[in-house]
Amino acid sequence: MGMKTDEKLIVKGERLDGRKPDEIRETEMKVGVIPNANGSAQVRFGDTIAIAGVYGPRPLFPKHLQESDRAIIKCRYNMAPFSVEERIRPGPSRRAVEISKVTRLALEPVLFLEEYPETVVDVYIEILQADGSTRVTGINAASLALADAGVPMKDLVVALSGGKVDDTLIIDLCGKEDNYSEADIPIAFLPRKKEITLLQMDGQLTPQEIKNILKNVLKAGEGVYKKQKDALMKKYEE
Amino acid sequence: MRPEYVLKLLENGERVDGRKLDAFRDIHIETNIIKRAEGSARVKIGKTDVIVGIKTEIGEPFSDMPNMGILKTGAEFTPIASPDFESGPPGEDATELARIVDRGIRESDCIDLEKLCIKEGKEAWEVFVDIHIINHDGSLIDASALAAVAALRVTKIPKLENDKIIRDKTEMKLPLLHTPITVTVGKTSGKFIIDPSKEEEEILDSKISIAVMEDGKICAVQKSGESSLSMEDINEIIDLAVKKSKEIRKLL
Repeated sequence: MGMKTDEKLIVKGERLDGRKPDEIRETEMKVGVIPNANGSAQVRFGDTIAIAGVYGPRPLFPKHLQESDRAIIKCRYNMAPFSVEERIRPGPSRRAVEISKVTRLALEPVLFLEEYPETVVDVYIEILQADGSTRVTGINAASLALADAGVPMKDLVVALSGGKVDDTLIIDLCGKEDNYSEADIPIAFLPRKKEITLLQMDGQLTPQEIKNILKNVLKAGEGVYKKQKDALMKKYEE
Repeated sequence: MRPEYVLKLLENGERVDGRKLDAFRDIHIETNIIKRAEGSARVKIGKTDVIVGIKTEIGEPFSDMPNMGILKTGAEFTPIASPDFESGPPGEDATELARIVDRGIRESDCIDLEKLCIKEGKEAWEVFVDIHIINHDGSLIDASALAAVAALRVTKIPKLENDKIIRDKTEMKLPLLHTPITVTVGKTSGKFIIDPSKEEEEILDSKISIAVMEDGKICAVQKSGESSLSMEDINEIIDLAVKKSKEIRKLL
C-alpha cells in the first residue's frame, strides 16, 4: 500500500492478467501431499503456492502448556527464501509472527478442540511461491490439511482477499495489485454460517466499500468452498 | 520392536521395503518449479521430498577473492517435514546438511565463480542455494545435493540495468564447470547400504557422504555417525559411492 505506480492496473474493466474485478485466479488444490504429516494440502491461486501440514492432535510438552479441557492449536506461517523476487532471510520476521497468529485465530473457531484435552494441533504453512494473497492461500491449505488429518471440524475455512485498485473493488489480489492497491483486505470465513474468522485491512476505504468487498468475497468464496470439498473428495476417490 | 526388526533384516542382507542393499528408491527430479526463483528443483527419493530454490543477489566479494562470485548454501528443516523437526534457527543437522551440500558444489568448481564478478573487489553475484525439506524419510543429504545441482543447472542470472536487477530478463545461464553427485553409504552390523530410509538411518552405526565428479574424482567427504570405520570399510564405501554416482548422474 502507499506505493504509487503510473501503470494502470485496470484497463477497460480488465485486470493485468485479464480477470474481471470479481474473478478469482485459476486455482489448484491437492490433499495428502506430505506423507509424514497427519494431514496436508497444497493450494495454488495463480502463481501463489502454499503447502500446509498438520501434526496432531499429539501430546503437548512441557506439560504446563497443556489445557486440561481442550487441545491447543499452534500455527507457523513461513515463506521459503526463494518464494519472492528478493531472497528472504530464513527465520521468523515480525510479519510472519503476526500472520501466524491471525491464521491460528482464523482456524480455531472451526475446530472441536474440547475433544482432545492436553494435546496440541500443529499447523505448519510454507509459502513456496508468492504472488500476493499468501496468508489467505495458506489458510485454505491449512483448512484442507486439518480436514485431511481428521480433526473434527464444524465447517471448512475459506479465505480470500479483497481490495481496491484504480478505484475499482476487486477480489483475489495478485502481487502487483497487492503492492499498488489503495487497500487490501484478507478475509477468512466459515461458509455455512457465514461467520468471519479473519479480517484485516490496510489502506483507505469508505465503510460502504468495505461492506461491498465483504459481500463480494463471501459470494466468490462459495466457489472456493466447493473446490476445497472437491479436493477432499478426490483424495478418497483415489 | 521395529528397529530390531529392521536391523535383523539387514543382517540377513534384506530390507524392509524389499530393496537390495545397494539400491536407491525411485528418484524423481522436477526442475523450474518455482517461478520466483532463478533456478529450482524438487527431488523425491521414495517418500523423501526436497525443494531447492536458487536466488541471486548482488553482494560484495570476499577480500581474499575479489574477482569471484559468492556461493551461500542454507538448509531449513521446516517442521512441516517431520514430527521430529521443531521451529527455530537451523540446528546441528540442518547446518551440517547445508555445509555438506555446499562443499560438494564448491570443491568440484561446479559454478564458474570467476564469471560472476561484476566489479572487482566491489560487486559480484551471490548465489543462494536454499534447501527446503518438505518430507523427511531419510537420505536428506543425497536428495538435497541432487536437487541443488539440478536447480543450478537451470539457473539463469538476471540482467543488470543501471545497477538494478531486472529479474524478468536473463543475462546468462549460470556458468557451470562441473556436476558433483553426492552419495551416502551407511554401515550397520557389517553391511553397507545405500539410500537408507528414516527408520534405517536410526539404526546405522555410521555413514559417509561422498561427492563424486564426472571423471570419478572425489571432491568432498563427510563421515558422520557414532562408530568408527576401518580402512577396508572406507575403501569399500568409496568404491560403492563412485559406482552409484554414475547411476544418479544419468538421471540429470
